[in-house]
Order: sequence, then structure tokens, then C-alpha cells
Amino acid sequence: MKTKQELDRRSFLKASIVAGGALVLGLNIPGVSRAEERFGVTSEPAADFSPNAFIKIAKDGKVTVVVGQSEMGQGVMTSLPMIVADELEVDWANVSFAHGPADKAFFNPAMGMQGTGGSSSVKGFFAPLRKAAAQVREMLISAAAASWNVPADTCIAENGRVIHTATKRSAAYGELLEAAAKITPADKPKLKDPKDFKYIGKAVKRLDSPSKVNGSATFGIDVKVPGMLYAIILRSPVIGGTVKSIDDTAAKAVKGVTHVVSLGYGVGVIADSFVAARKGRSALKVTWEEGPMAAVSSETIMKSFVDAEASKKGLEAKKIGDVAAGRSKAAKVLDAVYYAPFLAHATMEPMNFTADVRSDSAEVWGGVQAQMLVQGTVAKTAGVPVEKVKVNTTMLGGGFGRRFEMDYVIDATLLSKAAGKPVKVVWTREDDMQNDVYRPAVYNKLSAGIDAAGKPVFWHHRLATDAIMARAGKAFGFNLKDDQLDSSSFEGAHELEYKIPNFQCDWIRVDTGIPVGFWRSVGSSHTAFSVECFMDELAALAGKDPLEYRLSLLEENSRHAGVLRLAAEKAGWGKKLPPGSGRGIAVAESFGSYVAQVAEVSVGSDGKVKVDRVVCAADCGQIVNPDTVAAQMEGSVVYGLSAALYGEITIKNGRVVQTNFNNYKPLRMNEMPKVEVHLVTSSAPHGGVGEPGTPPIAPAVVNAIFAATGKRVRSLPIRTDELKKS
Amino acid sequence: MTKISVNKKVFETDSDPSTPMLWVLRDEFGLTGTKFGCGIAQCGSCTIHVDGEARRSCVTPISAVVGKEVTTIEGLSPDSSHPLQKAWIAEDAPQCGYCQSGQIMAAAAMLKKTPKPTDADIDQAMNGIICRCGTYNRVRAAIKLAAMNGGK
Ligand code: FES
Ligand code: FES
Repeated sequence: MKTKQELDRRSFLKASIVAGGALVLGLNIPGVSRAEERFGVTSEPAADFSPNAFIKIAKDGKVTVVVGQSEMGQGVMTSLPMIVADELEVDWANVSFAHGPADKAFFNPAMGMQGTGGSSSVKGFFAPLRKAAAQVREMLISAAAASWNVPADTCIAENGRVIHTATKRSAAYGELLEAAAKITPADKPKLKDPKDFKYIGKAVKRLDSPSKVNGSATFGIDVKVPGMLYAIILRSPVIGGTVKSIDDTAAKAVKGVTHVVSLGYGVGVIADSFVAARKGRSALKVTWEEGPMAAVSSETIMKSFVDAEASKKGLEAKKIGDVAAGRSKAAKVLDAVYYAPFLAHATMEPMNFTADVRSDSAEVWGGVQAQMLVQGTVAKTAGVPVEKVKVNTTMLGGGFGRRFEMDYVIDATLLSKAAGKPVKVVWTREDDMQNDVYRPAVYNKLSAGIDAAGKPVFWHHRLATDAIMARAGKAFGFNLKDDQLDSSSFEGAHELEYKIPNFQCDWIRVDTGIPVGFWRSVGSSHTAFSVECFMDELAALAGKDPLEYRLSLLEENSRHAGVLRLAAEKAGWGKKLPPGSGRGIAVAESFGSYVAQVAEVSVGSDGKVKVDRVVCAADCGQIVNPDTVAAQMEGSVVYGLSAALYGEITIKNGRVVQTNFNNYKPLRMNEMPKVEVHLVTSSAPHGGVGEPGTPPIAPAVVNAIFAATGKRVRSLPIRTDELKKS
Repeated sequence: MTKISVNKKVFETDSDPSTPMLWVLRDEFGLTGTKFGCGIAQCGSCTIHVDGEARRSCVTPISAVVGKEVTTIEGLSPDSSHPLQKAWIAEDAPQCGYCQSGQIMAAAAMLKKTPKPTDADIDQAMNGIICRCGTYNRVRAAIKLAAMNGGK
């Protein structure tokens, strides 16, 4: 996504500062919003000085950084304030964060929209926040210098004060606000020399931890507004099914139930409590128009992949040389099929949303990843002008791409409109599991050959899978054409860093009818598995060490090679392990970051896989907070391990089979490996952090299983019965 | 009307005695720190203490806590001063934070019985609490830190 809104944002920022900011932006409304009053969702902090959308300074010198990005655990409410604190020269103890509203001032330049995804927050906001903070610092310095009648360049800013170096005279920021507000910000403020950074690059404590250890952090599901009702929706058991008829007599007889509303795709039961709504839903009788998906099951989907791969050429995602010619020259050839299943996001907090739709306006609350899409969606659904929709972002109990969707937003908006009251919709875990937009399932056909010396002479990768953008792109006004490539389906497979003379990657689009979406690390979540495992197979075919083989195909000073060497060294690559144990390695670039992981696993005679240790080396370019980066790598490993060991969504007669955590199992405490994270110090451009740790873990584990057992796992999740010693 | 003591305060509810405590705490008493994750005793996000024992409030009816003392995350300490809470901040354990009330409540019940837990003790007490963000190793480290600081 390109940044055509960037210009917009820039001029907006400038205009708002020139005008003294707050009023133009409508951000500094005195008092508190309704949400804040009830639950401390501080979307509009009071401030004495709001020079721009991001920064508010109070008379006591406290600085609030307004963040339009969403906090879903990745630490954005800490990393973005750190950037401001550093450039503004304020003490970390005086810095807090607030959620920003849906507003074009918060456009993420790395996404071209206000949105939190693609591991892009720091990438997008590093430069704008530094500039905004530096402008404010200079305004404060100029204000102080003017009052002392000294040149501004004889003053410095330090720890929330302006100091006149020669006379040691100083003034706290809080005393300078009024004067500073009258100063025009410089178009090109002087930025700090990175060697003087106080916070950027350091392991600064998270600002949101205190509220997350005492129950006070407000998530969407915790929102309560006066007069609010609760709703649950009964949805078609078959994907895409619609309501045929409703018998709501019993449901309406449940104490507390106030409305039963047909939504076409489901039936909402509204009540004065969640428990009553849930009871009402159990009593509801609905017959469904099941639609065409009733004929679809995992087996038919697999057949459609196999048939499509066999009968269709597909679209060429990349071509170098001639794979057929390469094949004819190969000394040894390898063909394999790799399969990755559909996966659910299963965020810890199930989908939920609260809407208060009035005749000409609406206010909404919840955990969302794209505030302005929410604003537009609510406006359209409620039939109110977009500028009359106020979006309050709460903490997100996990995002992973799921909270980019609008389905739960639409639920609450429709039901509030129907009831004429604020309504909170809560999905049960079963609703959440069975009505997700899933990580696409992927059927991969891979062929490669090596010459007599073991070097690859060709590589041909064909992926049969859904197009995520065919559906998801519509939200961004993007219409994927039939003959158009959707890189989210094959990213990570078509541009390999490895030197291979004849290379081809084809994408065969298959519309399975299963709704698919963005799942932590998107295409790379499965391409790293197929590519890095097949590369391991080639190494074995060539009789080479998997690490040495990879390094021999990479530029010596490439970042891929750098993280591979680092992970291998820290893991003690090559050192002996006990029988039944093995080490595997994998590397992947995604979202501008390079991550290699070494997994150590032991496989029991019953086939049970235990991952004992994971060593992760990451090169994310310039880092803002190494501790949050480490935490994201640790978390990504767990997310990817859960998927590799257990994750699979299957379909029977158009219905999702899995329901809850008992049959869609995540990794638990007792299964946790040791995880060691090593970060490369770098001044390269910021890479992403939230996602890039996920792709390499599945292939690292699968390659370790091969090292331990000699067995190749080519289909996920890893199946214990296939690894049993016979 | 049923009277229930939560965090040493008496609350009243006229909900059916079979109603799970989770929803009574959250929607009636305004104690939203206790979270809903699965509803079927699988995830532990809803962990509370009933007379000091860790219980899953999504499957604990009102009738099971009458005459007993219920503690939620909000009542663990008046000012986030419980050694576990301090250790959690020291380790920056939370990511999204949604599971953390359950993690801390489960750990607190364990530490009361087992002040110096081994890794196996921690596995046993904590494997019922799912964290989709994958904070397990920091949770483990925080428990050990709190135990070292004599946390109960
Ligand atoms: S909500 Fe009670 S165990 Fe999951
Ligand atoms: S911190 Fe997000 S689920 Fe545990």
C-alpha cells in the first residue's frame, strides 16, 4: 500500500500547529468523553498545550502522547511515546499515552490509512513523530529564549526544562506553554543526533503494564455505556448461509430478552444481560438457506487444489531462466507436495463491539485495527454522516490481523440501530472460532534439481490457494481482477534470496469459498514452511549440512546470512545432541525484517514432539525498544508453534468443525521451549517486529524433526502418528 | 436476592443461582478485570479465588460461592503491590494483557500453597491458563521473581 495520503497528513499537521492546534483538530474538547467518564478510555486527554495531534503538555509538565495506532500487545503504546520523549527531551516518568480517535491526523504513512498491521507502526511513525516532537521542543526553546531575551541557539532542552547554558537559567516546559503556543513551528526542525538518544534503542519499561496487572485496562468487552443492552448473534452453521425462517417465541419468553432481530446472515438476540441473551439464543429456532457451501468439505477443497494445480497454468509470480532446461541438466531431481491448513486467529479476547447509533450520529467502542475503516463502515451501515461517527479505540485482546475485519463492527451497528439503544455484541468463543476469516490453506507443488556438485540448477514452486485480497481488498477500495497477482498469497515464495539460476513461482488461484484473511505474517506464515523445508530437503539430497548449504547459496554479507550465522552460533549448531533429538534451522524475511531460528526438538517413540529450545536471531533494522522486540519474537514463536503442532481448521458440509480451545489447541505453559532472542544492532531502515518472528518456527521445527528421526513432515500440523517408531 | 462477598465487600444479585460468576462479576458488579475467553473451563482467563483456591468463574455458579470469600484481580492488592504484580511489571510480562488477570490469579493461588515453586510446580499450576500472545516464559520468570521476593 502506497502513501498517497502522506502529503495530506503533512499539511494537516502544519496547519494545525500554526493555528495553535487543538481547536482545529477538535481534539482538545474540555472535559471527558463518555467512555472516559465510565471506564477511563482516555481518548481525549485534557491538556493545556496541544501543538499537534500527537503531543499534549499539561501545566505540570506531564506529557501525553496520543497514539492513533492500536495496542494489541506489540507495545506500540510504549514505542511511539519513546520516540516523542526522546526528541522532546522529557523524562519517561512524566510520559503517558492515550488512544487517538479516528482522524486523518493519525494516518499511518507506511500503510496509507489509519491502521495497525503489516508490522508497520514504527516504520510509519518514526520520522513524523520525531519531527513533531522536535518542532515542539524548538517552540518551547524559542519561547524561553524570547522571555530571557537571549538567542534560541544558546539554550538547550533537557528533562522537561529549557536551560540557558551560559547563565544556567531554566524554565519548566509547563511554564512556557502559553508563549510556545504563539510560535510558528519550524518546517525543518533540527533532529537529535542518534548517538544522543536517551530512550530509542533502550529497553524502556512498557507504559501499559501497570494497567494490565490489576484488571484496570479497558478492552472492548469491558465497555459499558449508560442504557446499554447486550447481544449475541445466532449465525448460519454453514459458511455463507442465510436466514430462511425464524421462530422466536421461546427466545422472547426468556427473561431479560428485549429484541430478536433478523440480520439476514444471522439473528441477533438482544437482552438486558449477556447471560439472558445467551439463553435467548439457545431458545431461538432458525431454519437456514444453507447455500452452495453446504457441499464443501476439507476433502473437496483438497481435491480442488489438486485438480487446479494439475490442470491450470496459473499466474507467473516470478520467472528467472528456464526451469524446464534446468530440469534437463539436473543430476538429481526432487518433487514434493507441501500442505498448510486453514488456521483461525483465536485472539484471546473474542470479537465484540459496542455501538450507540442515534438518528444522525453514532459513537462506537471496541478493539479495532483500522479506525477510519470502522468510521466509514459504521456511517454506511447506520446511515449517518461519516464525520458524525466517533470511534473510541480500546485495548485489543490480541489482533493478529483479525481485528482488521468489519464483521463484528457491522453486527453492533445494525443491532443498535434496530434497538434504538447502545448495544454491545459479544461473540462466544465458538462464534469466534467458526466465523473467522482464516489463514488460507495452501497446496504447494515443489520441484528442484541439483547438479553433480550439489548446487541447485532449478527450483519450481507452484502454490494453489485462495486470494486474500479478493475479499479483504474491497475494504480498501481494491478490486482484485482474475488475472491479477495477489502477493499476499505467495509472498516469501517468489523472491528467494538463494542463488538459483532457473527459477519459477506460479500462483494458481483457487476460490474455495472459505473466507480468508490476514493472519500474523500473512503469506510468509506458510511460504517459509514450504520453502525452508524444501531447501532442507535439497541440502540432504546434496549431502550437505543444512546451514552450510544455505550459506553457500547466499551472498556472504546478506542479512539472511547474517541472522543464520548468528542463530547457529548462539545455538551451538553442530554440537552433539542426545539420540531422538535434533536441531533444525530456517530463515525468512518478512515486513523488512530478517529472522533465523534454530529449534531443538526431541521426538518420543510415541511420536510426540517436544520443542526444547528455540534460538532466534533477528535483524529488524533500527530498533526502538529491544525488549518489546524480544517479547514479540518470543510471542511469535509461540503463535507459530501452536499452529505447527496443533493448528488446523477443517470443514465438513460447509461447517467449521473446530469450536473452542479443546479442539483448536494452543501451546500451553508446560509445553514451552526455552526461547532465546538475539538482536542484530543495525541502523538500517526499520523493519517490522510483530510478525516476522512467526514464519521461521514451523520449518525450523520440522527440519529438526528430520534431524532427529529422518522423517520429513510435509503437511501441517505435525502429526504424532506419522512420527511414531514402528 | 443473593449476597456475595467479593474482595471483602458484600454485593447483591437477583440473578438465577445457576448464573456463572464470571458474568455476575463483569456485568453486574462492574469488576471487568476477570475475563471471558472460552466459557468452558479451557483457558483460565476467568480465574478467581474462592476461599483462596483458584476457580474458573465461567463454570462457577453463584450458588457455589455463597458464604465464601471471592477474590478477583481487583482485590488481589489495593494498589498493585502484590509481589506478583510487581514482578509482572518488572518482567514486562503482559502483551495484549487479556489473559494476565487469569495468569496472576492462578499464580497467586499457587504461591500461597507453594511459596518456592519448581518449574514442574509452575507447569502444573499454570498450564490451564492460555496466553495467545505467548508470554509464558516471562510469566514463569515473574513467578520466580515474586517467589524470590517472598511473595504470597
Ligand atoms: S472463560 Fe473460563 S476458563 Fe475460559
Ligand atoms: S497477553 Fe495476550 S493473551 Fe496473554
